[in-house]
Amino acid sequence: MNLLLLIGAPLLTALAVLAARNKAQIKGISLAGSLVQLGLALALLFAYRQEKAAGQTAQLLFEQQYPLFRSLNISLHFGVDGIAVAMILLTSFVVVAGVLVSWNVEKMTKEFYFLLLLLGLGAYGFFISLDLFILFFFLEISVIPKYLLIGIWGSGKKEYSANKLALMLMGGSALILVGMLGLYFYAGNSFDITTLAAASISREMQLILFPLLFVGFGVFTALFPLHTWVPDGHSSAPTAGSMFLAGISMKLGGYGCLRIATYLLPEGAKEYSTIIIILSSIAILYGAFATMMQKDLKYINAYSSVSHVGFSLLGIGMLTQAAITGALMQMVSHGVMTALFFAVIGMIYDRTHTRMVAEMGGLMKKLPFISTVFFLVGLCSLGLPGLSGFVAEMTVFVGSWENPGTFHRIATIAAAMSIVVTAVYILRAAGKTLMGPVTNEEHLSLRDATWNEKLAAILLLAGILAIGLAPGWLNELLQPAAQEIMNRIAGK
Amino acid sequence: MNEFLTLMKSELVLTGIIFLLLFIKIGKGIKNESLLPLIQVLLLANFIFGFFLNQPGRLFGDMFYTTPVIAFQKNILNLGVYLISLVCADWLRKTPHLPEFFLLMLSALLGMFFMISSANLLIFYLSLELATIPVAAMANFDLEKKRSSEGAMKMILSSAFSSGVLLFGISLIYGTTGTISLPLLGERLDGSALQILAFIFFFSAFAFKLSVVPFHLWTADVYEGSPIAVTSFLSVISKGAVAFIFMTMLFRVFEPLHATWHLMLVILSIATMVVGNIFALRQQNIKRFLAFSSIAQVGFILVALTGQDYRYHMNSTAVIYFVLIYIFSNLAAFGVAAVVSEKTGRENIDDFRGFYKNNPFLSWVLALALFSLAGIPPTAGFFGKLFLITTGASDANYWYIIVVALNLIVSLYYYLRLVRAVFMDKNESAAEAVPVNAPVRLGLILCGAGILLTGVLSWIFDYIHSL
Repeated sequence: MNLLLLIGAPLLTALAVLAARNKAQIKGISLAGSLVQLGLALALLFAYRQEKAAGQTAQLLFEQQYPLFRSLNISLHFGVDGIAVAMILLTSFVVVAGVLVSWNVEKMTKEFYFLLLLLGLGAYGFFISLDLFILFFFLEISVIPKYLLIGIWGSGKKEYSANKLALMLMGGSALILVGMLGLYFYAGNSFDITTLAAASISREMQLILFPLLFVGFGVFTALFPLHTWVPDGHSSAPTAGSMFLAGISMKLGGYGCLRIATYLLPEGAKEYSTIIIILSSIAILYGAFATMMQKDLKYINAYSSVSHVGFSLLGIGMLTQAAITGALMQMVSHGVMTALFFAVIGMIYDRTHTRMVAEMGGLMKKLPFISTVFFLVGLCSLGLPGLSGFVAEMTVFVGSWENPGTFHRIATIAAAMSIVVTAVYILRAAGKTLMGPVTNEEHLSLRDATWNEKLAAILLLAGILAIGLAPGWLNELLQPAAQEIMNRIAGK
Repeated sequence: MNEFLTLMKSELVLTGIIFLLLFIKIGKGIKNESLLPLIQVLLLANFIFGFFLNQPGRLFGDMFYTTPVIAFQKNILNLGVYLISLVCADWLRKTPHLPEFFLLMLSALLGMFFMISSANLLIFYLSLELATIPVAAMANFDLEKKRSSEGAMKMILSSAFSSGVLLFGISLIYGTTGTISLPLLGERLDGSALQILAFIFFFSAFAFKLSVVPFHLWTADVYEGSPIAVTSFLSVISKGAVAFIFMTMLFRVFEPLHATWHLMLVILSIATMVVGNIFALRQQNIKRFLAFSSIAQVGFILVALTGQDYRYHMNSTAVIYFVLIYIFSNLAAFGVAAVVSEKTGRENIDDFRGFYKNNPFLSWVLALALFSLAGIPPTAGFFGKLFLITTGASDANYWYIIVVALNLIVSLYYYLRLVRAVFMDKNESAAEAVPVNAPVRLGLILCGAGILLTGVLSWIFDYIHSL
């Protein structure tokens, strides 16, 4: 399969949106384009599985290379492994759902959809790139859409949040840039990941470069204590913006931490794993407790994202095959789940014009569909078996437990305890908003989800169930890639 | 004779245009409405012509030399002047002394052409003056404004001072090496204390022209006082030309003193970036804002010059590429400012609040320009800035590169300030729809296309590298 399609389709869609004449055309083109992307991602999944079933053992499939800046030895080098396929699939689900839930955006519709599609484009490009420079390009390309989406269409203290997000992420990028340049010159003027993986990088150099890259990507994925943009950014963004930010953009960071920092610099990863484990355990617990104090539904989900993403980083820090597989599963699972959560919160907000838990009650009676989805995604978040959250978090715990030694055990136990806290805040929020009598009389006239909202919710729910009920296919995708990373860590 | 014509073709064509303007001035005179398009066409013709018949060669007993790279540098500057004549067309059309204005501007450009091509300190000094004095006269072109005269006065005094310092440096260099011919000079430098002193004088004159901190104090006032056409010329064309010759001087002539200037560049580039960035944070006037941001940009240019692998021309390629992108980005920003200031008389950042509502085209051009200046993809500024940093990092001086990268964040902050004013802030008295005339529109579209395409079309970089 030609991976250029994955960039071409969103790009063409975005350009077509610019050329569209009216709102109906804009929405139609965006939906059609995002469905094409979903189709391409599914086709990629099948093509990948077919190749693997046919006995293809190479780690990277569908490789393509076109020289770009010849004199600097930069090329458009594309290729996917199992992780990338899973991430691309996640991206395409969230993009379709994001387009669907934005159906009622009235303010500057054309610009909104254009920026949304551009954000998706950045993610696709990021996941298929095998050249650090191009990867960095696609990572940074999302700065403009993120900033404008939050600042123009957001709510609350949106300008502050947009600024904070843009600057903190730029800070992360600055660190990545330095680490990237270090690799470039150390490995003989190449940004190519395959070349860099083959180069032998001295231990001293790894110890310098690893923190730069890991912390740099860590900012994107809410590494404690650099997570502070997450709550503000997510809660100020428009619904689709939050879905993209939490569902896709944060995963870019996790992918980078694992696929770039840990994969290319295994010695560094081993050296710093203790610190990663401590920080991610703090993030998990701190995120969970901070969520308990929140009164705004979006803040609840934003802080719980900090906690949930912490599981991914914990899995990476544990450095066992199962833990890394679990970390990757958590990324995919959390991406779908949090996107759905934000979508549901957006749906509720559109109707009640409030996100404060205290101002709502008994929504189940008037909004049965939305409330049911809310409840399901809440159960997924607290790790109910049968839904994706359980599978992912369980794998992380099992993998973490494989590490002998008190330190790792304590960290694992501490992280596992957060599930109890999660149950408290999820059940409390769901109980207050959904159950009981309708507290606000204005809410008696609310209408349930429209077709586009139902479609978006069902799509993402299908994702959650597909991982929760039959995790085998995802495991097959991620396991070999995790194995490859473990091989490098073990020095094979 | 033939060689004379081909090697100096850009200069000759430019001189031809200058004489034509002179004849038009002393003759019956042509109305601005028809003269301006004529000048634009001639500049465009010179730009296109500049891509042909480029070969290396020397003239006038090794006083003047040219190579394909130098020809390309001249072309970039010519393109910049062409774009200025487009984006500032509103103001130019109204000015009562249009022929004089272009006489001065093109003379300055001619001076820059000779300066880039100079292979001798004498002709270098002469052409530097030719590139400076007309600009001071241009800065005074808003004749009825007091600030304009003030700016021009500051500029002429500070230029005179820097010329004096430069001449002193040149005389010391001549005293210690016995030559003013650049190729010979490179061979005779041995790093004695007096030579280093001479070089420091020489260097500070460049620092003056480039507004390197601590020689930047004239910049903001001159920029603010001058008409926008002159401000953009100063901030883009002058800076670019001086950066080109500075680069050649360092890499070709003063290479034996590498250890000295390397450390100076590292320190000064950080100082320049930090000071430019910090002062840009608080500016209200958009011209002053762009002035300080251009100081910070010069700091980034200096970063590339500190790199180690200048022997492979990568540094100079990165600088030329960046200047090309900088011309597009900065002229787009100045162009929008010029249109708005000409129509509404407003030049403050607050006046741009809610600007998007009635002026989507201008807003998007401005946003593209600002993102490009901040170095955010997909704009070309991302590539330009990244390659500057990449070549600078070839020195493996990581703390330095971290400081440079952190400066990117600060600069993003203040560029976003303007973006935020344009797109997000609500304003009851937002600017009305500003009409954009055809030449201005063409200029802004060319700049926008340059911003979007120069980076993505990667062969442009490779082409510059291959020269």
